[in-house]
Amino acid sequence: MELRQRYEEDLTLVRGVLGWSALLALLAFLALLPVLAPGYFLYTASLVAVHVVIAVGLNLLVGYTGQISLGHAGFVAVGAYAAGVLATRLHVPWPGAMLGGGIAAAFFGFLVGIPALRLTGPYLTIATLGFGIAVNQVLTNWEQLSGGRTGLFLPKLAIAGVRLRDHHIYYLFAGLAAALVWIATNLVRSHVGRAFVAIRDSDIAAEVMGVNLTVYKTLAFAVSAFYAGIGGAMLAYLLGYLEPQLFTLFESIYYFSMIVIGGLGTIPGSILGAILLTILPQQLAGLKQYLPLVYGATIVLVMAVEPLGIYGRWLRIKLWFKTWPF
Amino acid sequence: MVQDMALLVQYVVVGLAVGSLYALVALGIVLLYRTSRILNFAHGDLATFGTFIAFALLTAWRWPFAAASLGSLLTTAVVGAAFFFLVIRPAKESTLLGKIVITLGLALVLQGATVILWGTGTKILPFPLSDIKVYRLGQVVVSQISVGSFAVGLALMGALYVLVQHTRVGLAMRAVSQDTVAAQVLGIPVKQIFALTWGLASALGAAAGILLAPATLLDPYMMLDPFLKGFAAAVLGGIDSMPGAAVGGLLLGVLEALFGGYVSVKFKTTLAFLIIIAVLVVRPEGLLGREYKRRV
Repeated sequence: MELRQRYEEDLTLVRGVLGWSALLALLAFLALLPVLAPGYFLYTASLVAVHVVIAVGLNLLVGYTGQISLGHAGFVAVGAYAAGVLATRLHVPWPGAMLGGGIAAAFFGFLVGIPALRLTGPYLTIATLGFGIAVNQVLTNWEQLSGGRTGLFLPKLAIAGVRLRDHHIYYLFAGLAAALVWIATNLVRSHVGRAFVAIRDSDIAAEVMGVNLTVYKTLAFAVSAFYAGIGGAMLAYLLGYLEPQLFTLFESIYYFSMIVIGGLGTIPGSILGAILLTILPQQLAGLKQYLPLVYGATIVLVMAVEPLGIYGRWLRIKLWFKTWPF
Repeated sequence: MVQDMALLVQYVVVGLAVGSLYALVALGIVLLYRTSRILNFAHGDLATFGTFIAFALLTAWRWPFAAASLGSLLTTAVVGAAFFFLVIRPAKESTLLGKIVITLGLALVLQGATVILWGTGTKILPFPLSDIKVYRLGQVVVSQISVGSFAVGLALMGALYVLVQHTRVGLAMRAVSQDTVAAQVLGIPVKQIFALTWGLASALGAAAGILLAPATLLDPYMMLDPFLKGFAAAVLGGIDSMPGAAVGGLLLGVLEALFGGYVSVKFKTTLAFLIIIAVLVVRPEGLLGREYKRRV
């Protein structure tokens, strides 16, 4: 049992030789992935990075603050189209377009957060679900914005006029995802994160203790939507084109399943869920007809056997070894 | 002026016919939510599955329509009850979120099964009523199928009302929905009541699916939109109120028809959800729902 004597020791994220070697091994693996893995897998790896960003953001809202969102594809769509329009119409370079996507989505997150102040449970579910459907329908029918059937084509990612290759995009996206995960990890350890968790556990008790519900609930929606928007902008650049069919109710459910299967209210859980639910469908692509069946059965099985998700199971395994032989 | 009135009445009539089906879907969702506090996202896919069963009985087995419908309702009820016994009861998960995800998983499983068994192509359900034959009342035109589905919808709602309010089983269902533990202590077979509720709710969904089939054609995703509308209607009326579900469904149908007729068909669904969000901001418990109180 290690004893922490100073506040700084409690703040450190990585502890001990084991922690540092695990982190270094992970970084080395991520850095060497383009050499080790076949070329087509790099696209999947970049997609994993996109989904990690979206899932971490969604978990901040659902897992930490306890506010259901079944319309997250709507925020992703807002981010993607904002970035797309900034890049094609106004010729903003990609860092600006991505940031713009994130900010636009955060604004919509703030707007959805306002009715969410009064709604809970099924009522909040239908409100967010309605938002997702509304965004999808507006994009489908507002052709000047979305480019209609032909879709919206984005310029290729480039730094100083040099076009990025697949492995460059992978490094860029992995770096972005890592930075955003790091920010989220620190956010949930700060007073903001504690306020989120307090609202999840009991909003009335949190209010009594001096947590401003209006501020923190809308903040949770805005931050979560910001992550979704950045993820959407990354997705837009990764695919190179956008169409409204990329952001349907099914995608909202897909993102939602990631965090529940990975583990609600945990950052590592969101990452694990995003990895699993991105790679699994790609590997099962040969069984396309059976995909929904396998996918649904997996979700039901995980939920029936381990409600805390994959990360919850990992924590239990760790606990078992720690307390062994008892 | 007279023409304007006739047009208005026409839209309202069309809206009521569609709304009665939304109300049926909503009733299934509310029935289950009241009893077991589960938002069943598989409701639409259970309904689709039931409709395909009816299709198979009608075409491959050549059953008469009434028998095929009955067979479909029973099969769907059994599937719903089986899902309760096999998954919901043994599952350790108890939060609202977790249960939503379980039913989402079931939705995918059922959708996958439907695709594998019947393919993704659209099919036509042989329906005894026609939508070409119409009745005229002055300038208002009503198709035979609208009249039929409205009548069946109302009849099913009435039957459900009688079942829940005036029978012993209904009393047990209401008791379970108010306090599960107290009901169990008083000797009500809670497990069976839950299974019965799952079965009833699923059968209601299948009935809505069969009535909708002539309008939407048959494909594995046919119930997605009606399910979302039904869900919205249930929330609009108040998710724990059965009269609320009926009122919410009819209201949503009429509003949609009016907006589609006078303003824009494209943004019909968007409007429906915006209205619901607006209503919920003013009345967070829905139109007829009871105010949500809890102990701190």
